[in-house]
Amino acid sequence: MLAMQTKRQPSFATPNGYTRIAIAFHWAIALLIVSGFTIGWIMTRIPGFTPEKLRYFSWHKWIGVTAFALALARILWRLTHEAPPLPPGMSAWQRTAANAVHGLLYLLMIAVPVTGYLYSSAANVPVVYLGLIPLPRIIDPNPEWKAILKTAHITLDYGLGVLVLAHVAAALKHQWIDRDKLLARMIPFLK
Amino acid sequence: MKASFYRYMLAAFAAAAMAAAGVAHAQVDAAKSSIVATSKQMNVPVDGKFTKFTAQISFDPAKPTAGSAQFTIDVASYDLGDKEYNQQVAGKDWFDAKTYPSATFVSSAIAPAGGNKYNVSGKLTIKGKSQNVVVPVTVTQQGATQVFDGALPIKRSAFDVGTGEWKDTSVVADDVTIKFHIVAAAKKG
Repeated sequence: MLAMQTKRQPSFATPNGYTRIAIAFHWAIALLIVSGFTIGWIMTRIPGFTPEKLRYFSWHKWIGVTAFALALARILWRLTHEAPPLPPGMSAWQRTAANAVHGLLYLLMIAVPVTGYLYSSAANVPVVYLGLIPLPRIIDPNPEWKAILKTAHITLDYGLGVLVLAHVAAALKHQWIDRDKLLARMIPFLK
Repeated sequence: MKASFYRYMLAAFAAAAMAAAGVAHAQVDAAKSSIVATSKQMNVPVDGKFTKFTAQISFDPAKPTAGSAQFTIDVASYDLGDKEYNQQVAGKDWFDAKTYPSATFVSSAIAPAGGNKYNVSGKLTIKGKSQNVVVPVTVTQQGATQVFDGALPIKRSAFDVGTGEWKDTSVVADDVTIKFHIVAAAKKG
């Protein structure tokens, strides 16, 4: 009985773990980033326009809006709930790199959907969330801004892609090379 | 061919007759006027503008029923703000601009609908398909300038606009709204 209770995930941060909410945010946003990127990749390679392409564009935007809202909530959560410390075995440069990658990931979690949303506004295509809720057009249609925001969105997308790969590679290095059980903090059933 | 030649001659004759009679004829200011067709893609309103059209309007608020309006719209000029999309929309599945370069509206009757509102009946032809429509128009007179505003809801399927895989209206809805803002300077023709 006592053993079972100690095994349960605490809902608040412990020195060695993330809160359940933080874990949920992490995986929900991870899923949205991967699906948003994949759909974005596919849809922009469909020539001309087809019903599938238009459908993918809508889905892509819904994913982006969801990711943006979750990222805001996540950042708020992160600011009010301390994350567990990095494992002691890490060198100074590794710590700096880890902090930099995490900071940039948060930045791009916001910047990627924001540039995408503004690009959509500039292209005169408003976003109707889930096909139900019309969202405000933040900037007026403008061909020059459309071109700039398109480039910005795509560049930041690839930037986010590179950061995600670096993040995953580092996590796997911790798991398989350092064997410091770092990954289990984000994947509780690995314990 | 013969019929259209005949129509041409008739129009030319009518124009000449009107010119001779000095009938008040509005001169449409293309730069200030616009015709926008808004479709809904997955519930997202998407505007496209017909950048080339000509219009002959003759309207006297004192004798509204004697007025008339005739529009010829270059469908290949439909601008969605993206070159690739514009080409596609001019293609066979949509406007088929090669076979049907223009859409037309020819009024048959104008009925006052209270205040400065009028119902303009007429024939709308897009992609060779005609429909009788009633267009609600609001007219504002500013000095010598007349402004005609209105919106006409149509079904794209009635004109075969969007065939093949686009017949399915779950992505691009059947309902399309044609919104117009026509600025005309009343001028002796």
